[in-house]
Amino acid sequence: MSAAILEVRGLNKSFGAVVAAKDINVNVMPAARLSLIGSNGAGKTTFVNMVTGYLKPDSGEVLLDGKPITGLPPRRITQAGVCRSFQIPQLCETMTPTENILVSTEIAAGGAPHFFRPARRRETLAAAAEMLERFGLTEFANRPVNELPGGVRKLVDIAMSLAMKPRVLLLDEPTSGVSSEEKFPLMDKVMAALAGEKAAAIFVEHDMDIVTRYADRVLAFYAGEIIADDAPEDVLSDPAVQKYVTGTAR
Amino acid sequence: MIRVFGLAALGAVLAIVAGALAPAWLVFTMTKAIAFGLVALGIVGLMRGGLVSFGQGLYYCAGAYVSGLLAARFGVSEAALLLLIGAVTGAAAAALVSPLIARYRGIFFAMLTMALSMVLYGVLAKATPIGGTDGFNVPRPSFGGWTPGPESADLALYVVAVVFAAVAAALCRLYYDSGPGLVALAARENELRVEYLGASVFTVTQRNFILAGGLAGLGGALNGMALGHVDPFFSYWTTSGEVVFIAILGGYASAVAVFGAALIVELVRSFSGQYFPESWQLFLGIFLLLVIIFLPRGFGSLWAKRATGAKGAGE
Ligand SMILES: Nc1ncnc2c1ncn2[C@@H]1O[C@H](COP(=O)(O)OP(=O)(O)OP(=O)(O)O)[C@@H](O)[C@H]1O
Ligand SMILES: [Mg+2]
Repeated sequence: MSAAILEVRGLNKSFGAVVAAKDINVNVMPAARLSLIGSNGAGKTTFVNMVTGYLKPDSGEVLLDGKPITGLPPRRITQAGVCRSFQIPQLCETMTPTENILVSTEIAAGGAPHFFRPARRRETLAAAAEMLERFGLTEFANRPVNELPGGVRKLVDIAMSLAMKPRVLLLDEPTSGVSSEEKFPLMDKVMAALAGEKAAAIFVEHDMDIVTRYADRVLAFYAGEIIADDAPEDVLSDPAVQKYVTGTAR
Repeated sequence: MIRVFGLAALGAVLAIVAGALAPAWLVFTMTKAIAFGLVALGIVGLMRGGLVSFGQGLYYCAGAYVSGLLAARFGVSEAALLLLIGAVTGAAAAALVSPLIARYRGIFFAMLTMALSMVLYGVLAKATPIGGTDGFNVPRPSFGGWTPGPESADLALYVVAVVFAAVAAALCRLYYDSGPGLVALAARENELRVEYLGASVFTVTQRNFILAGGLAGLGGALNGMALGHVDPFFSYWTTSGEVVFIAILGGYASAVAVFGAALIVELVRSFSGQYFPESWQLFLGIFLLLVIIFLPRGFGSLWAKRATGAKGAGE
């Protein structure tokens, strides 16, 4: 039927009286650049959390490459090929970016554990260096991440996820907490790093300039529902989106 | 790998030379220090995964009892074999409880391990056929068929202990620096992330716990032979506490520092025990405070460049 890598069918989630997801249906194609927009509390993070296994949906299905991953623990979902980064970077704080990437590549390699083979080998270090270079992080490679500035930490977090070679990468607010001058350079780096990858990228974003520049498709959330799903210019000119999401309606 | 084993061999030779030159009481103290150092080495492995066990006495005691009973009742006398049996016993006991224990973190993990060790203490204290609270005596071991006289027995056991400790420390160093070792360190720093990268923190914990059990069993068997006696006190919480103390003193950056730390503790114990029998723990306490204040990552951090352990520093 469709060649979608990720299919979300009829997802519902309520927290008590709050409907955080209502009949969410989405098909995501390989290499898509999909942006999720919506005002605070609209249900974007809930969507990300249900796809990545942090939350179990009340009903509905999530399929990766046609196979159900609904309600699996996060670890299994990652192993299946859906990886996420975090709004607040989740790093190994006393380790360097290189070591953080090595953690990813070690886990991604899978297979039987090699207890007597060094983690730092020529090929693993080269792969980590290459990943950091793609994100323009070479100069920070060997400093503990807890000493690094916020924007760099965000990139390390995303690099850790991308090093897993995911088929779907979800980024929850990659540019939040970063100064407005830094936002475009940061997204440029993320997009450049993604360029060679088949991974579909789904990113939650509040800045509409970022959305128009980097997304090829936009989902607009309002009160747990998707109220628009189309190319950026069409979604952003939609009256309902202007009323409920961007607040640009007159 | 060659470098690590080379360093271990060099360290072992130096330790054996030191033992040959040392007075008899010191050789005995050093053997006990190696036994405690082995148990503490297991705790170091757990610490690298972000956990501390306050119940290593259980696996230590299990190793001591099973090897001690085999020696005392079944005539098994080969020291190396008894040590291996101790290690296997400790690892098996840890493997048995690991599915339960690896679900817990932090203080719950610590308390549960401690509670289990006190259960064994209670059971052994009531087990009159194997001595109850008095325990039983362990005969002197033999070494490749040779049973040394009392004048060389301690030194012979010390040499075997050094060899086992060197191999254990080398294997631990290799594990720390390996991929799975790095993932364990990552779990210590950010469990959530490790799970979201697709690794199981439960598996990491279980693995470290079984390893720690094996090392504790090895140390228990060794100390049973060194003391010539085992009793339920091996599983008492103060025994477990003492090895935690040694592990913190040594720090988690190095696989060797624990043995130095254990020797210091044993020396402080014998000296202050001689002069201030009621207050030697007080001295250890003050000493630990000083270490925590001035060397928060333990002695090992003196020569390990950085405590992430991913660097191959400080074998
Ligand atoms: N664990 C939870 N328990 C209770 N309510 C929750 C929980 N998670 C989310 N909600 C509620 O569900 C709704 C959707 O929240 P969600 O976090 O998905 O919004 P969002 O679109 O990510 O918003 P923001 O832009 O502020 O991050 C909100 O009303 C929120 O309060
Ligand atoms: Mg959110």
